Formats: sequence, structure tokens, C-alpha cells
Amino acid sequence: MMKNENLVHYIYGIADNALILGQRLSELCGHGPSLETDIALTNMALDLLGQTRSYYQYAAQLLGDGKTEDDIAYLRIERQYKNVLLVEQPNKHFGYVITRQFFYDVFHLLLLQELQNSKDETLSAIAKKGIKEVSYHQRFSSDWMKRLGDGTEESRKKTQEAINDLWKFTDELFHMTEDDKQVFEAEIGVDVTTLKQLYNQRVKEVLEEATLTIPEIKWFQKGGKQGIHSEHMGYLLSDLQYMQRTYPNMKW
Amino acid sequence: MTIELENHIDPMLFPILEKVHDPEIPVLSIMDMGVVRFAQMINSVAQIKITPTYSGCPAMDVIGEDIVEAFAKENIEAKVSLVLSPAWTTDWITPRGRESLEEYGIAAPLEENADKEALLNNKRIVKCTNCGSVNTKLVSQFGSTACKALFKCEDCLEPFDYFKCLK
Ligand SMILES: [Zn+2]
Repeated sequence: MMKNENLVHYIYGIADNALILGQRLSELCGHGPSLETDIALTNMALDLLGQTRSYYQYAAQLLGDGKTEDDIAYLRIERQYKNVLLVEQPNKHFGYVITRQFFYDVFHLLLLQELQNSKDETLSAIAKKGIKEVSYHQRFSSDWMKRLGDGTEESRKKTQEAINDLWKFTDELFHMTEDDKQVFEAEIGVDVTTLKQLYNQRVKEVLEEATLTIPEIKWFQKGGKQGIHSEHMGYLLSDLQYMQRTYPNMKW
Repeated sequence: MTIELENHIDPMLFPILEKVHDPEIPVLSIMDMGVVRFAQMINSVAQIKITPTYSGCPAMDVIGEDIVEAFAKENIEAKVSLVLSPAWTTDWITPRGRESLEEYGIAAPLEENADKEALLNNKRIVKCTNCGSVNTKLVSQFGSTACKALFKCEDCLEPFDYFKCLK
């Protein structure tokens, strides 16, 4: 039987991905390689943070212990964040940012398309709203994968290196935690294992057009969903949580 | 299930809601924007439900505060809550809202297929808000806010925002 706690953790899983990726993208505000890409990336960050708020508000309501969306976003410790390792990887260069985004967008859209059929009305509503936004994200990152891959010698090389580096984090997207299983059984959550085939196919289609390749690897890195993060996460959180930790209960 | 929007808005409250404008597009009232989903007096409190245009739209918090303030001026207490379903679509922008957008310099959303042609296939169909020419070019999928794309007119050379179709 699904417990309230399972559902809250399930929501954290989805929302934390959006929060952390949104945080990574917002680090680029004012630092994008061109004005257009700068604006596009920060707008995507805003979409992701908006979605995060809807999920956290709902989680806070389910917790019912007086905690707010801000407490959930800013006052948990590293081990309590359930995001996948992929989204916390740093902004090494534009090709890296786009590859990370592309790998997540393809998954994100597939996930929301399933989540919109959830028996839980709130999650279904958040998913439906998110689909419209994430479709734009996927279009943006797919276009850029093609431009970079089929671009100059330099852009191709850097993007292929980013793929070689980041591909090992993609398998975790399709891993089901105990919470995920309970919430799926209750017909509220999504069985992400069923999305893997379509995911690989969509990624491959874009990469082929971009003249890029998926590396042949057998070992994939996991841990984020269990709260075991890479060394980058601590730095990211210290940035993210700085204001609330320094000035407790501060408001805009 | 779609709810008939008008049925749930008390006409008495209309004039007050009309006074509240989108902080990022000040020519547009929230009624013309189509974000008000419900407005009724319940036990002497105006209960207002609004729906966000985009999940992360920072204007929503401000709109909520502005509604409370607009009602306070009439000595009415108002409570604002956010509803997510059904999701907002650009179809809910009223004809008058579309006109105000264009006058303000933002091209109003095209219908879904035309929108895709303009944004994905670079078809020149978005009308310049300055000179009316359709000889316009997409500069960026995202403009000054998430809901807009940036275009440039190749006749009068004026850059302008296009309000993207959201379905
Ligand atoms: Zn013109």
C-alpha cells in the first residue's frame, strides 16, 4: 500500500530534477554565449522553477506539518535531494549544457506525457501544463544538438566529448526506487522502465542527424535517486541555499 | 471537462477585475488575458481563482497581490488562489486583448499550425506590429519573457515580440 510518505518522495524525485537543472541553467543568466541563447536558457530555467514550485506546494500540502515550498527547496540536506546525477553536472561549456539539457528534455517530455494520465488530479494538471513548456525545451535542445554536431570541427568535437561524458548518467533516469514502485502501484506514478526504449530511439534519431554517436558503454553511474550525489552537488546547494541559511525565514 | 468560464464570474466583480493588469504587459487586463477562472462573493469575501499562463510566470504573484489591492480599494476582502487545470491557452485571450497587444507592439498569437510554420519552418507570416509587413524573420524562440518569441521586420527593420501560441 502506498503511504503518504511514498508520494511525497515520489514528488521530490520529479521536482528535484527540475529544481537542480533550473539552478544550473540560471547560473548561466548573463553568461550565455549569445544574447538569444542566454535568454532561452534562462527562460527554460524559469519554466523549470515554476514547475518545481507547483510540485513542492503540493508536497507541502501532503506533508501537512506547516512546512512550505521554501522549506522543501532550501532547507533539506544533500542526502534528502532525490534528483538524478545528470542534472547536477556542471556547466562546462555550451555544448555540455546543451547535451545535458537534451538528454533530460527527451526523458522529461516522455515522463510528463505519461504522468498526465495519473489518477492524482494535481500531478496530472502539473504534467499537462509542463508538457507545453517542455516541448519547447526539447525542440530548442534538439535543434542545438544538430547545429553543434553538424557545425564546425570544434563544436562537433566538444559535443561528442560531452555525450561521451554524460551518457553514463542517462540510465539512472529509468531506475525505479521503492517509492516509485509504490506510487506506480497506486496508479499515480509512472513506470519509467517502460520509457527507456522510446528514449533511446529518440536520442538516436537526433544524434544521427547531428552526425554524433552514442558511446558503447556497459557501466552506468547511479545514486542521485537514493540521495547519493556527485561532488558537484554540495557546491550547487551552498549557492542555492545561501540566502535561507544566512537569513533564516527571509522573504522577498 | 471544460468549465464555462463566464458562468463562474460574477458580473458585479467584473469592473474591479478589469482594473488589474498584467504587470509585464500593462495594456492587458487580466480579464482580457483570460487568466481569471472564477470570481464569486462567498460569505462577503471575493473568492478569485486565477490560472498561470506559464508555470514560472513571475507575474502571477504580482497579479494575486494586485487583485487583493483592487478589491481592498472597494472595501471588499478578496482571497486569491491558483488553479492549474485546465491549463491556460492563448485562445483565452479576448479579441480586445489581441488588439491591445498589437497596439502595444506585440504581435498576437497565430493559430496553432501557422504558429509552428513561423517558429519552426521560418515561414514569413508574422505581421510586423510597426509597418504591417509579413516580411519578418524569427530571431529567437524566446523573447523578453517565456511566452514571447523575438522577431525582426526586414522591411522597416524594427525588432518586435511575438506572443507564442500555447495550446
Ligand atoms: Zn515592419
